[in-house]
Amino acid sequence: MAAEISGADVVRAAALLGAGIAMGLGAIGPGVGEGFAAGKACEAMGRNPGEAGLLTRTMLVGQAVSESTGIYSLVVALLLIFVV
Amino acid sequence: MAYPDQIWIQAASFAGAAFSVGFGAIGAALGEGYAAGNASEAMGRNPEKSGDILKNMLIGQAVAESAGIFALVISMLLIFFEGHGEPLVTAFAFLGAGLSMGLSAIGSGMGGGFPAAEACQGIADNPETQGMLTTNMLIGSAVCQTPAIFGMVVAFLLMFMDFSKIPLEPGWAALLGGGFAVGLGAIGSGVGSGIPAGSATRGMARQPAAATTIRTNMLIGSAVSQTPAIFGMVVAFLLIFLDWSDKPAAPYWAMLLGAGLSTGLSAIGPGIGNGLTAGEAAEGIARVPETSGPVTTTMLIGQTVAQSTVIYGFLVSLILLFIEREASTTMVAWAIPLSAGLCMGFGGIGPGVGEGIAAAYTVRRIARDQELNVLLTRVMLVGQAVSESTGIYSLIVSLLLLFVI
Repeated sequence: MAAEISGADVVRAAALLGAGIAMGLGAIGPGVGEGFAAGKACEAMGRNPGEAGLLTRTMLVGQAVSESTGIYSLVVALLLIFVV
Repeated sequence: MAYPDQIWIQAASFAGAAFSVGFGAIGAALGEGYAAGNASEAMGRNPEKSGDILKNMLIGQAVAESAGIFALVISMLLIFFEGHGEPLVTAFAFLGAGLSMGLSAIGSGMGGGFPAAEACQGIADNPETQGMLTTNMLIGSAVCQTPAIFGMVVAFLLMFMDFSKIPLEPGWAALLGGGFAVGLGAIGSGVGSGIPAGSATRGMARQPAAATTIRTNMLIGSAVSQTPAIFGMVVAFLLIFLDWSDKPAAPYWAMLLGAGLSTGLSAIGPGIGNGLTAGEAAEGIARVPETSGPVTTTMLIGQTVAQSTVIYGFLVSLILLFIEREASTTMVAWAIPLSAGLCMGFGGIGPGVGEGIAAAYTVRRIARDQELNVLLTRVMLVGQAVSESTGIYSLIVSLLLLFVI
């Protein structure tokens, strides 16, 4: 069995395993953070429904920033799968 | 492998015993410590009721302890049980049994602490409601123990089933994966069932007249929080009972292990998230019982969305269990399914918790001003959808790994 494993195979396997772990772990933070932002936005809107437009906009901007690390993970995962 | 199989099996049963009581001790200790801290605080506020509070604390802690006791029992059985035997796969079954019991006891122990703590606080606030609070605490913490019982059922199956017909490869991965699926999957649900039980118990002290409404909401919320653990148990049963003997060892071992990890890990987030939502719902209803209709509706909508990532995890597990793969001994062949399982498993944790937090704040505001329920529910769904995105990225990467390369 050992004879079949070549250096290229090891590298490719590590890249694919790395892709899954990168995306999986990278998804934890943005998921929690964006949910927190959404929750706080809803809370603020409940206090001041007149500002719903402003609050929704702010929530989305904040979430977009929080999303960035998730997108980095996605980019790294795709690089590891298709480029490396 | 110069040693006879029996040595390995015995070593594995000791390691399994350590996993079981080692992990299993974490949750119960945390939950009981939390209860004791709150009991002390409650006594400080109302020293005349210290006797009642102490009694209630001890009852609550005894229930929270049960998950730890299950873990101790499984450990003792693993240490003193001879096993039936020869096949080396038994060693992995014992490891799986220890992991299943130990991991699943973490959430139940922690969860049982919340109602115990809040009942003590409630007795200090409103001593007349003591009987009602203790009853509700017992109901709530009993529900929290369910995930640990799922873990115990799987641990017993793994210890007492007959493994003479199961080949070592890829059978070992199925048994270990089953332990991970139900063990990890139970963590979130145990914690998640405890949070609404705690809030409901405290709420009853504030609004004893609305006890029935509060308890109904608590039970609905906790029941939904149990779902992720049930997904974990289903995957564990599939792994343990389906026949893998005609499958090639590689890459099937990685597919089976990946299937267990995918559902198990991804269940942690939705379990906790659903619990956070249900907790705020119970508290909100206790404040303003008339809002129970819109609050319960939004709670269920929010919980359903938060549930989505464990469904993705379950989907990836089913794909891993049922797609056909050629025998291959290359590293890439096993790296792919393992990576897909880990990706979806970890990726499901964050969105599950986050969407639960979003729904929790929304439900809290709706309880204070139910006129706003349409607006807030809509914004909650937008926010949850954004929070979902990373879960979807994980699903996409998992599917790319499985089907594109």
